[in-house]
Amino acid sequence: MPQTRNDQRRNRLTQPWTAVAIASNQPNGFGPKPYAVELQIFGSQIFDPIKKETGAHLLPFLFHLCRVNAVIAGNAETDAQERIPTENAPGLTFGRRGTTLSRARSQEGSGLNRTLVDARILQEFRAVVGDSGLITSQEELKTYECDGLTNFRVVPQAVLLPRSTEQIQGIVRVCHRERVPFVARGSGTGLSGGALPVKDGVVISLARMNRILEIDFANALVVVEPGVINQEVTGRVAPQGFFYAPDPSSQSICSIGGNVAENSGGAHCLKYGFTTTHVLGLEVVLPDGSLAHLGNKTLDAPGYDLSGVFVGSEGTLGIATKITLRIVKRPDCIQTLLAAFNSTSEAGAAVSGIIAAGMLPAAIEMMDNLAIQAAEAAVHANYPNCGALLLVELDGPTAEVEVLMCQVDEICRKCGAGEIRVAQTEAERVLVWKGRKAAFAAVGRISPNYIVQDGVIPRTALPRVMTEIARLSAEAGIRVANVFHAGDGNLHPLVLYDRRIEGQEHAAEVLANRILELCIEAGGSITGEHGVGEEKKMMMSKMYAEPDLETMQRVRCAFDPEQLSNPTKVFPRPRLCGEQPGDYQPHPVELAGIAERF
Amino acid sequence: MQNAFEMASLPTATGKGAAVPWNDLRAIASAEQVRSAGPSDRVAGVQPEAVFEPGSEKELAAALHCADAAGLSVVPRGGGTKTSWGNPPMRADLILSMARLNGVIEHAWADLTVSVEAGCTFQRLQNTLSQHGQRIAIDPLWPEHATIGGILSTNDSGTLRIRYGGLRDLIIGMTIALPDGTLASSGGKVVKNVAGYDLPKLATGALGTLGVITRAVFRLHPLPHNLRSFTFETRDLTDANRLMLAVQDSKLAHTGLQARYSEERTPAVDVRFEGTDAGIAAQTETLRKLAAPAAEAANSDSVWQARQELWSSAEAAAIAKFSVLPASVAETCGRIRLLADSLGVQWRAVVQGTGLGWLRLEASSAPAIHQLLHTLRPELEHVGGSLVVLHRPAAMPAIDAWGSGGDAFPLMLSVKQQLDPRGTLNPGRFIEGI
Repeated sequence: MPQTRNDQRRNRLTQPWTAVAIASNQPNGFGPKPYAVELQIFGSQIFDPIKKETGAHLLPFLFHLCRVNAVIAGNAETDAQERIPTENAPGLTFGRRGTTLSRARSQEGSGLNRTLVDARILQEFRAVVGDSGLITSQEELKTYECDGLTNFRVVPQAVLLPRSTEQIQGIVRVCHRERVPFVARGSGTGLSGGALPVKDGVVISLARMNRILEIDFANALVVVEPGVINQEVTGRVAPQGFFYAPDPSSQSICSIGGNVAENSGGAHCLKYGFTTTHVLGLEVVLPDGSLAHLGNKTLDAPGYDLSGVFVGSEGTLGIATKITLRIVKRPDCIQTLLAAFNSTSEAGAAVSGIIAAGMLPAAIEMMDNLAIQAAEAAVHANYPNCGALLLVELDGPTAEVEVLMCQVDEICRKCGAGEIRVAQTEAERVLVWKGRKAAFAAVGRISPNYIVQDGVIPRTALPRVMTEIARLSAEAGIRVANVFHAGDGNLHPLVLYDRRIEGQEHAAEVLANRILELCIEAGGSITGEHGVGEEKKMMMSKMYAEPDLETMQRVRCAFDPEQLSNPTKVFPRPRLCGEQPGDYQPHPVELAGIAERF
Repeated sequence: MQNAFEMASLPTATGKGAAVPWNDLRAIASAEQVRSAGPSDRVAGVQPEAVFEPGSEKELAAALHCADAAGLSVVPRGGGTKTSWGNPPMRADLILSMARLNGVIEHAWADLTVSVEAGCTFQRLQNTLSQHGQRIAIDPLWPEHATIGGILSTNDSGTLRIRYGGLRDLIIGMTIALPDGTLASSGGKVVKNVAGYDLPKLATGALGTLGVITRAVFRLHPLPHNLRSFTFETRDLTDANRLMLAVQDSKLAHTGLQARYSEERTPAVDVRFEGTDAGIAAQTETLRKLAAPAAEAANSDSVWQARQELWSSAEAAAIAKFSVLPASVAETCGRIRLLADSLGVQWRAVVQGTGLGWLRLEASSAPAIHQLLHTLRPELEHVGGSLVVLHRPAAMPAIDAWGSGGDAFPLMLSVKQQLDPRGTLNPGRFIEGI
């Protein structure tokens, strides 16, 4: 009795779990054309086979998760197939997208190529950046194996440290020619794994490109290299009364290039907007090594707003090498109010009241009791010990701020605020903000480990979501400290756990994911400022429908058809750039029962 | 793709290309939603054959897909207020009218966001929002007729931009229909969202060449409690520029700053404040000190309509939008004046503190107008600026509307080819022949 396809599939899904994917290559006349590999897959990723007709290539990231057991080689004329286990073909190398078999070694039935960054390619890199610009030693490479998200680590093949746009172009040209994926890296402070190296790829560190190239006060703009530290921009323009508005809490170490990649926000983006609001133009090295100027120093450059698409694309569209930023005049007066409430609901009601009154503060931040305790332990911010703390910052002309601050005070009292303090001098203000800005690091004082999330919800959903988070937290026995940008609904739940205790890490991860799902259910977003990166790419399928992701991927193909620029990030499933949407056509190998489509 | 400006010399070119699949279109929606196009449906002199009015996003996507498959050229249309913008289309077979997709979907006033169909007129949206004391902080042209989709597609923002940003800073989500029938959404309903690519920015200002916007989600601002405007008469171009820069450099929180230039009179600078009485009073005092010795003139709120007024009785005029650095405004206007004097052209301009300006040119000789624009554009582009021609007199020789896309153009073409591979949408109307 012939086995049903399901039976066959079930059998194949027992130990070791296997799946067959199909690969093909551009015709090149070198021996039989392999068009399938049998893979052992670890984890639960599921891949669709690639249609041979589109001339598609094996998904490179399969190799992050798979060990190739064999190649099913086919004869183009007769369509006969032969299974060649890899141990019988030691010279087999495996191809990346775009690699043609013209690089096949002279082994019989040798198949796809993987371009390892070998001595030859390293030499090409060395020719561009010199010895001092190339890191290849294992110990040094390990320092680049992760960014601020430390539970994902991949050691890159090499790290390059260019000093100029021309050097970056040189590096990327080599990568393009040799099909080596690359990941650009700023300060490595990202919290979503955006700078996590890609297996068998290289890291291009922008740390040495840290000059401020031009400051134009008359036109309120500056031009900087990507490695410039965020806070440094403000530092340089402060004497003339300007500041650079996007202020992520990591601003003393994070780079502008990283801010551009993630479209970083910060506490003041409620009023001032995000990085994308402040980027006028970009000089970009595209993934083929060519240079393009997106946007301009002047507004509304004709054509598509490509700089608007580039900001927040998390390094998947190329590398920004010069960034024109808008600087803003410091307001006349800045006042920060601190109000203590019994609960986050009360504080949330105050926030709604402020918005309903027609005010737009510069920032509204909230911290719950756990976060307050952490901040006290870490930096002695001298916060009142209460259920929830609200920070409201108003800025603008002095007379305006004074009137509005009275209104805010009144609203807070009406909503049950106990203690209210108003910081009026710069020194007082800095102290008030100290605790909030140190919150993430501060929780390290009350918990050995933590996961920080970055969901966004509509402001009106705040009470409901906070209650649900508290319930889930109690249920799981995992504490959650809450710090958030109450003005725009951007939550930063800090899920606290102790890795040494059995099961806590897993429980914490489950809780963190559930909180993100809550955000989606409430009509929000999975990330307000940290980016999708590696960490949340699978959640993209929950937030967006397939056509939405597919459209974004099409835009990506316009920039990076070879998928070399930070290729494994943001999207849950890569989409090949030659792929035509439409009805699925089964492949002959699949029809023959060798391949399965899951 | 062939540069389309050659078509402009054929004012009555018909759009006839592929055949309109009438039955297929009628199958998508009711018969009354499909009709033959008439002379009033012309797009920059090109006569389309049919008009389709979808009643829903799905109908729109289906019709667009149908047209794409049939090899038609499609022109999306909202209020039709800016149909002549861009270059004339290479072909125009089907008008996709947004007339029925005109509702406010959801005004989440407590969250300060609104979700609206692209065919809704701006005025209608603002009226709805004002019921909760809110607004979209832009002041576009012809708000009673212009639709959200059209305003977005032409990136038309006005004087409020200096405080609240442009359309790209106010839009937080969007759904567009692609020619292959896909309805793609990006962004969302919350202001802070960095998940995925910022496609609303891509569609903003794209003149409908990448997809048809079906709905948009905006962040809102409260309506101002009080408004007050001031006008100052300045001595000359330099003086006007100096005052504008001084206001920008000050700590005033102005929500409008513009200079009105013409060769008949000395430039006037207008400033607007919003907020509490006390705040406005204090800023008024500061402003007067800054402006001295410029004389304060009687002010009326109508000065903020000056940009739109450039279009009144403009059949024989050319109107262009230029973008320069704020500190270069005096120089730019000086150059315009020089060219205008030498060519016998009359000119008027409204320039905002952001460096964006709108220029109206009139002359007895239309070629003279052409000469001025043709000379001015490369000079502005050379210093990182731009000049976009929005309105041309019929008698003027053809001029490309947009200017150069620079070294980013190949990328723009790639994006176009990815989203609209057959060039179905507004072919030839956009930059460098897209």
